[in-house]
This record gives sequence, C-alpha cells and structure tokens, in this order.
Amino acid sequence: MQAQSTGTAERTAAIIAEHKGLEGPLLPILHGIQEEFGFVPNESLPVIAQALNISNAEVHGVVTFYHDYRREPAGRHVIKLCQAEACQSMGSDAVAARLKQLLGIGFHETAQDGSVTLEPVYCLGLCACAPAAMVDGQVIGRLDADALDEIVAEVRS
Amino acid sequence: MSLRIYIPGDSGALALGAEKVAKAIRAEVERRGIDAEIVRNGSRGLYWLEPMVEVQTANGRVAYGPVKAGDVASLFDAGLAEGGQHRLSLGDPETIPFLAKQTRLTFARCGVTDPLSLADYEAHGGLKGLKAAVGMAPAEIVSTVTDSGLRGRGGAGFPTGIKWKTVLDTVDDRKYIVCNADEGDSATFADRMIMEGDPFVLIEGMAIAGIATGATKGFVYIRSEYPHAIRTMQRAVEIARRAGVLGVNVLGSPNAFDIEIRSGAGAYVCGEETSLLNSLEGKRGVVRAKPPLPAIKGLFGKPTVINNVISLASVPVILDKGAQHYKNFGMGRSRGTIPIQIAGNVKHGGLFEAAFGLTLGEIVDEIGGGTATGRPVKAVQVGGPLGAYFPRELFDTPFDYEAFAAKDGLIGHAGITVFDDSADMLKQARFAMEFCAIESCGKCTPCRIGSTRGVETLDKIVAGIQPEKNLALVTDLCNTMKFGSLCALGGFTPYPVMSAITHFPEDFAPRPVAVAAE
Repeated sequence: MQAQSTGTAERTAAIIAEHKGLEGPLLPILHGIQEEFGFVPNESLPVIAQALNISNAEVHGVVTFYHDYRREPAGRHVIKLCQAEACQSMGSDAVAARLKQLLGIGFHETAQDGSVTLEPVYCLGLCACAPAAMVDGQVIGRLDADALDEIVAEVRS
Repeated sequence: MSLRIYIPGDSGALALGAEKVAKAIRAEVERRGIDAEIVRNGSRGLYWLEPMVEVQTANGRVAYGPVKAGDVASLFDAGLAEGGQHRLSLGDPETIPFLAKQTRLTFARCGVTDPLSLADYEAHGGLKGLKAAVGMAPAEIVSTVTDSGLRGRGGAGFPTGIKWKTVLDTVDDRKYIVCNADEGDSATFADRMIMEGDPFVLIEGMAIAGIATGATKGFVYIRSEYPHAIRTMQRAVEIARRAGVLGVNVLGSPNAFDIEIRSGAGAYVCGEETSLLNSLEGKRGVVRAKPPLPAIKGLFGKPTVINNVISLASVPVILDKGAQHYKNFGMGRSRGTIPIQIAGNVKHGGLFEAAFGLTLGEIVDEIGGGTATGRPVKAVQVGGPLGAYFPRELFDTPFDYEAFAAKDGLIGHAGITVFDDSADMLKQARFAMEFCAIESCGKCTPCRIGSTRGVETLDKIVAGIQPEKNLALVTDLCNTMKFGSLCALGGFTPYPVMSAITHFPEDFAPRPVAVAAE
C-alpha cells in the first residue's frame, strides 16, 4: 500500500504543505496529522518545528497541552462518555461504572485486544438528553442499560 | 407541490435517533411512491419531543413527536401528509406551550428553516440586518448595537457595542472578528443549536461586526466536541461565499469580509477569550494577562472583536428591527432576550428564549416541569461548571445579570442544570475543584495548585478528617482563588464550591460511618 511505504516524515510534510498558508497553522496541522496517523507520532514533531520555524519544545508543548492529541494509537473504536454536570444529574457516574465493568477497562485506557478506547468527555452539548456519549463520532443520548449493551456489542464485534 | 417533511439534523435529535427516523421515512416515501422533499432542519429545542417530525400542510406546519423509526409506517397510515391524527400528534408546533411562551428573536428561524438554504434564510427575514448595515456608517452600526443594550452572551455580560467601539477606534492595518464557539459549559447548547440550525445568522452577525469595526477577516473557533456544528458552519460559509454574502464585496458593497472555521482541540480553558486567541495562533491555550485588551491587541497582536456565538447571532435582528425593538425586552441593565438552556434532570429540557426577568422558579418548575425522575428538585446549577448551585429558597431570583450577582451567582451562558434530591453537594463541590484541576491552563498558581489542594481538602471532609477545620480551609482557599486567579476558570470555581457549602451545609456535615456487619 502506498501509505505504508511512505515514511512518517514525508506524510507529515505533505500535511504541513496543505495547511502552511493558514494564519496560525499549527492546530490545523496537528488535527491533520492525527487524522492521518490516528495519533501524533513523535517523528512528526521535528518536521513541524522546522517547517514553522519554531522549536521542538514549542511543538511538544502544544501537542501535550490539548486533550485531543493522542501520543499513541487509540483502539479501533473510541467511546467518549460525558461526565459533566448535566449528565451527572442523570446518573452518568453509574453509567461510567457499568461501562467500565462491561469493557474491563477504565478511563483513558484501551482494551488489550485493541478493540476500544474509553475516555471521559466534559460536555457534548447534549445536556437536555443526558446521559450522553459519542461513539466513533456518533452521538447517543439518554443512555440506559440497553444502550450500553448495544454499544459494547458493537465495539466488540 | 411536493410534500415537505422536516426531520431535524440537530445533533441532539440525532442522539435520540433522528437518523433512523429519517431513513425509515425515506423508505416509506419511496414505498408509497409519494413525491416528498425531506428537509433536515435544526431543532426547535424541545428535546423531550425529539425527534420531532413536521410536515408542511395547506393549514401550516403540523408536528409529531417523539418519533421512533417503528412509528413511521403508522404515521403515514394516519395521513401524515395532511397532518392526520396520530397518538404522536402535537398539532401546530408554534402552539405547544413551551414554544408559544417564548420570545424568539435570535432563534427565530432555528428549527423552522433548512439551515443550509440561503433562499429559505432570506424568506424568513435573513440578511435584512446586513443589508441595513452596508448602507450605514461604521460608527452608526456600533452605536445601534450599543443602544440595544446587548451584553456578551458568553457569560461575562460586557456591553457588545463598547467592545466594538474600541476596535473601531483603534487604528491598524488588520483587524479580526473572532467568534468564540468553544461552548464547553455543561448545560449549554445554544451555540451548538444555532450553528447547526441557523448558521447564516452567525455569518451575518460576523459580517456586520466586520463592517462596523473595519475588520476583514473572521474566525469561528468551534470546539472539537461539536463535529456536526463544524461541518454545518463550513458548508454555510462556502454557500455564503458563493452567494456574495462573504468575499471582497459583501452584498455588492465595497466592504470585504471572509470567515474561516477552526476546530478546537479539547481544552475547556480555550473558551476564555485570551486563551482562545493563543490557541488560534497555534500556541498552548494559556491565558493572557489583561491589559492589553484583545480589542486593542488581540489575535496576532491586532485589534480583535471576540464575541460569543449568541452575541453575534443577536446582531442581525438588532440591525433589522432597530436598537429600541431589542431593548424593549428585558429588565434593568439586562436588555433583550436570552436563550435559556434547561438541562439535566428535568422533564421538559430544551432551549427557551425569553426576555430577561423570568424567575428561576418559573424556569425550573413551570417551564421545565420539574425533574425527569419525578423526585423533588434539590439544587440547580446556573451558568455551567463555574456557576453557583441555587437551592429552592432562591427560586424567586429573576434571570438578570445583576440579580444573580447579588445572590453570589452568575447567569453565565444561561445554562441551567437541575438536580433532584439524590444529589450529593459535597460530591458536586469536589467535582468543581477536580474539573478546574483537569482543565487549568497552569499559568497562575491559585488555579493550578489551588484546585488540586481543593480536591484533597474536600476528600478529607468526605473521609471525616477534621471536617470543621478543613471546611474553613476550603473557604479560605476559595477566597484566594476568587481574587488571585488570572481568569474565570480559577476565579469562578469558588462559585459552585461555596454555594454548595453555604446552601447545603447538611451535605458537608460529618457522616455516620457505615459499620461493617460482623
């Protein structure tokens, strides 16, 4: 496959070229890199630093500041479970405990078989249909036991 | 004329199964050979009725909800096309009390129109504000906004017109309009709804801001947790560009203005304006000390208007109908309308746009209908994670910036989370500190260290270790954070903590330790 034969640095450079003309291009570049690789590889950082004429430390500082940027690949599925106040008021604590038990992993963890990563998220803007989650970009509201079973079955399949 | 069926594409409706409903309706339309046009509108904000499907009949719109995919065939059997009776019938949506009681100025079109049809937008009063603005002098636009009494809807409540005037009066070769769409506060979804349901109103508001201040470039910084809003805004900007609403000649005038959509990266603190500017510049989202004000040295050191989505989206109606029309709504120094977001453990959750002045009790009990669980309301948090918890005793507080401040609370972005009597306020206070610790940008010590110490100290109270002494320590710590933090994250975290301690002292009293059964 073409993508596999091309090195990380080259793929990074191509993404940089796509966004370099923007004002303040670093975040769009990092989003692009995460979309391409599924995380932000260490090998990408010096390439970005050189292209934008900033230090490696500055790039590292930005990558590590934002919750979105992963330093290692996520599971094949990503579940983001809202843990903010509106969802708390509808029992998101219990939902989290149940989901952790069903999946056998905690927050910020990936299942050993690489099937799923579980993450807390602080608000999806679905506060009038709490508790809410986002599974691979799909939003789900009013989570109940059945919905959790469905999610678990889906990510395990 | 073909049948027009509206199925919301709003992410709240999608979270409740609107996509499955849309699929079922498409299949049913095809099976029955009906000539129908399906519109993916925004949400009207009645989330307990979502997915709410509407049809355009000869006698106006008729609504059904909450619709499940399994209901679709029976809806068509009941004569959906003519607004036939069904157990899910809601009649004319405008007559549903929750909607009928509202004053929709900013959200006039949300849920009504096709979000990505500029023709629909214009047919429902869109672009009138911008058309008026291109014929006015910048100072005249600014004074109209000032006279309307519009204050920043992001939470700070700073007069929008005064901010604009500073940018207008500051001379520079480049100026920016930045829209803060980093709506991270729990219980708030008004920004998301307008971006998904009526994106052109935000674009129009930003273009007016550009003309008023001499800015030619705008950015909308949308949080990454809102992928649907990002997609809709991107498509709307492209449509607006093609139609000449944006570009080198806005609506054929000599004014240039264009917009770029940017995605955040999961940092709550980037909702703070100076941190957002740093993030847009490609830096860590660390808060900047003020002064200099962003209006003088903002994005890339240039004069910048940075406003919340709802502030900017309220500008078109002000320019269209006049400052006085807007100002006539409201009370005291809180003028116009505010989209109140009723969320959490509530029967009728959703968006309720009304003039300032409703009491908290009216909002929670009458409009919201009490809790979803049917248990008594214990507390409501107003203004997101940095807002105070209000007990029932304060339900007579009118929804007004100053009235809430007088009760040691804040309106913030007007989100209200309802909790029933199962809520543990000590746990909520601890969460406020924990959230601050997770999201602190780290620049100032009271926020960075104080939040962590706050969690530890509250944990000691939970464990029953010297509760009185530790409660005094938390109070002292809150005082330091409130007055010593650089921005609202550290500065306002004391609101939920102290309000929980003040109004619900019983939850902080030493707890009987469970004795293990022998």
